[in-house]
Order: sequence, then structure tokens, then C-alpha cells
Amino acid sequence: MENQIFELQYAIDTFYFLVCGALVMWMAAGFSLLESGLVRSKNTVEILTKNVALYAVACIMYLATGYAVMYGGGWFLQGIEAFDLGSVLADSAENGFAGDSVYSPASDFFFQVVFVATAMSIVSGAVAERMKLWSFLVFAMFMTGFIYPLEGSWTWGSKDVFGMFNLADLGFRDFAGSGIVHLAGASAALAGVLLLGARKGKYGRDGHTIAIPGANLPLATLGTFILWMGWFGFNGGSVLKLADAGNAHSVAMVFLNTNAAAAAGLVGALLTARALFGKADLTMTLNGALAGLVVITAEPSTPTALQASLFGLIAGVIVVFSILGMDRLKIDDPVGAISVHGVIGLFGLLLVPLTNDESTLVGQLVGATTIFIWVFGASLLVWFALKLTMGIRVSQEEEYEGLDIGECGMEAYPEFTSST
Amino acid sequence: MRLVTAIIKPFKLDDVRDALAEIGVSGITVTEVKGFGRQKGHTELYRGAEYIVDFLPKIKIETAVTSDLAERVVEAIVQSAATGKIGDGKVFVHKLEEVVRIRTGETGAQAI
Repeated sequence: MENQIFELQYAIDTFYFLVCGALVMWMAAGFSLLESGLVRSKNTVEILTKNVALYAVACIMYLATGYAVMYGGGWFLQGIEAFDLGSVLADSAENGFAGDSVYSPASDFFFQVVFVATAMSIVSGAVAERMKLWSFLVFAMFMTGFIYPLEGSWTWGSKDVFGMFNLADLGFRDFAGSGIVHLAGASAALAGVLLLGARKGKYGRDGHTIAIPGANLPLATLGTFILWMGWFGFNGGSVLKLADAGNAHSVAMVFLNTNAAAAAGLVGALLTARALFGKADLTMTLNGALAGLVVITAEPSTPTALQASLFGLIAGVIVVFSILGMDRLKIDDPVGAISVHGVIGLFGLLLVPLTNDESTLVGQLVGATTIFIWVFGASLLVWFALKLTMGIRVSQEEEYEGLDIGECGMEAYPEFTSST
Repeated sequence: MRLVTAIIKPFKLDDVRDALAEIGVSGITVTEVKGFGRQKGHTELYRGAEYIVDFLPKIKIETAVTSDLAERVVEAIVQSAATGKIGDGKVFVHKLEEVVRIRTGETGAQAI
């Protein structure tokens, strides 16, 4: 009877992983819509191509090398197909009913691979409307096959950083990846944006910011809602286990806090935009919801509902100022990805010690710095090598005409006449 | 005969149409147009940055009428299209030399 209960627990926890993985996979759709809504219509086909292609590249590269770099094991997941009931039952008996989860390694790969795709999606929005499609996809191979997995091996993989120090021992805790996924994606994006430069016409001669309005705010809004929904898998799945009372409760708290932080973040940004501009800026409001989601990702299980709401609210306020600050620095990020995922990802990491006794401020700072230096530095090298070889920026003429025709040879809306 | 051309605010189109129908205008042509006047477009806000909309959307109405009706047509358009705010538009009256109804070949006031 006990063995059958363990088998059932294995089945439920594996199933839970797979469902959460499918929810996170759906975030790729959210990013696609959000980004295509916030760029001009002449760049719609290209940004969509980039988003679907980066998802596929991430899946292939993480399967080929990434998972092995991050967690060990063979290239191309050799041996993952083997199933041994005896060792499953032995592990379950050793961990105990309420102990660490035992699940199919294939479900673990599936859950991990969609996180890599998320990190890469963050990059595509920031470099939108001016980066060459193929250079971006080559970068995606390096990012998802090596740069992200190595950083993941130091954190979720528990390995020492270049054999020097261990982040977990220092008190670094990042529940679902405010730093490991979001700060990492933003760091790679920042490196790309710095080498790429701003879109033509974004900053006036005297340095003031010129708005380049997004083409389709209904798509951006739907994209945000899809990301919000997918985030329940992102954070909820990161509990790693559902099938005992304690963990089931933990999953429920994570869902509750994730939702609360997003709602508060949205309101925070909405009020901030209203106070600063006198208008309810929708795009900032959407960024606010995402900021709430990113900030709670570092630790969604230990805060109270009130704490989660406050964290989200503050993140929603900060993200608006951060986006305006990036423009002051002439860091042109069409969708606000560096602010939402980078600045708020860091902020989320620093909040963890407030509610989780296992983490320390020093550990969080060292962890965030390690992630940033590695991902930013390695990305800068790859971007720079690409700049010298393939080039990373399209010609001025192609930028003006739109990347849809230049890179993909088609338009998103060929039957509509353009008013500009 | 007169050709009356009016540039009006888009949301006033229905009011102008009703006013013209009431005084017996038998047909109008409507075009969506863009342009600027003394206001020189206006500024909008996106993610905290201002941008200038150089050309504002307007509606252009054209109607051919007999000379004796022209004054009342102008009056009807001005009354029905006015909001008192900047950007209400303008009315132009041109002399119209000839009109032909294509179906029957009628000309002049008969064809209006």
C-alpha cells in the first residue's frame, strides 16, 4: 500500500511539473504579443519571427548542451528515457512522504527548458526594431546553450562559482528566478542595447526623449495577461512539489502572493503614471503588473499576502521611474524589459531576507553581482564578436522601411495602407 | 450654383448631415482627411515622452447646391458643427460652373 501511495505521489508531482511547464511555455506567447504590440507595425513580422525562433532555438540548445551544463548528465539528455521503479520507490521511502519531491527527470527538463526560453524572450524586446534577426538568433544559441546554464549551475545547480565560492552557502536564495532568469535576461539585453545604440529618432539633438508609440496596445494588454497567467506556473511550479498537505498549501500561497503582487504592481504604476504625466499611461501600467510579478518571483512562498502586495506596489512605482531613468541615460529599451526584469529583479532579490531567514543580504548581493557580471560580461563578448563579424544592426534605410520587409520579406498587415 | 466645402470635426458629422437634410440638401460627399490649422497639430504623451501629431484627422464635406440655397447651407453647417473650441474647421464656398447627372445627361440646377 505504501509503495502505491509513493507511485501516486510520483505521478501527481510529475503531472504538476508538466502542467506548470506548459503554463510557462505559454509565456512565450505573452512575450510575443507584448513585444509586437509595443513596436511599430513595420516591425511586427520580424519581432514575431524572433520570438518563435528564439523559443525553438532555446529548446534545442538547452536539450543539446544547456541542461548538462546546468545539472550534469549527458549531452542531448542521454539516459533520460530510462525508468526504474525500484529507485523511484527507494528515493520516495528515503525522502519520506512530506520530504523532497521525486518526479520524472523528463518532467524536470521540460520545466527547466521553458525558463531558459523566458530568459531569452526578455532580450528580444529590448533590442527590438533595429537588431539583425540572424545575429540575434546566433546570440540566442550562446545564451541558452551556455551563458544561462552556467549561471544556473551556480544557483539552482548548487555548484561553486568557478570553484571559488558557493552562493547557497553565502545565503543566496532565489525561489523562482528573479535573479537567475529575469536579472540574467536583462543583463544580456543591456549588453546588447549598449552595443546596438538607440533607435533612430528616439532621442532629440538636445537629448530629450521622443516617443515612438507602439502599434497595437490591445495585443500588448493581452500579452501581459498571458504572462500573468503563465507566471502561476513559473512561481507555482518552482515549489517543485504538490502532493502532500504542506506543499499543497505552499503552492496555494505562492499563487496567492504572485497574483497579489501583480495586482498591486499594476495599481502602483497606474497611480505613478497618473501623478507624473497627468494621464493613465497603459503601457506603464502593463509594465507595473510585470514588475509586481518579477519582484515576488525571488520569494513568493514566505511573505504574507500583505507583504506580497506591498512589495508589488513598490515595484510598480519603481519601474516607472526606472524606465524614465533609462531614457535619461539614452538606453533605448522599447518595451521596458531592462527595468522590469533587471532593476526589479534585483530589487526582488534584495527583499528576500525580509521574509526568509535562510537568506542573507550579503548572499543576495553577492549572488546578484555574480549573475550580472557573468551574464553581462559573457554577453558583451558574444555581442561584440557578432558586431565584428555578422554585424548586429540593420542599415539606416532598412530601419526606416521596417525590418519586416528587410528581414522577412513580408508585412504584418499588407491590406492596410500606412498613414506614415 | 455653388460648391460648398466644409472641414469639420469628425464627431460632428452626424449633426451636420441632419442639419443639411433638414434644409433640403439632396446629397453630400464625405472624405476623411488630415490637416493642420493655426493650432499646428497637437502633442500627445507616450511612456512619459511627448510627441507631436502634425496632422489631425478631420472630415471634409462637399455639396453642390443652387445659389439661393447656399447661404442657408453655410449657416446650417456653421451652426451644427460649432463647439466653440479650437479646431472647429472652416467652410469654403466656390462658384460652380456646371453639373451633369451622368445617368440622364441633365445639366445645371436640374442635375443637382
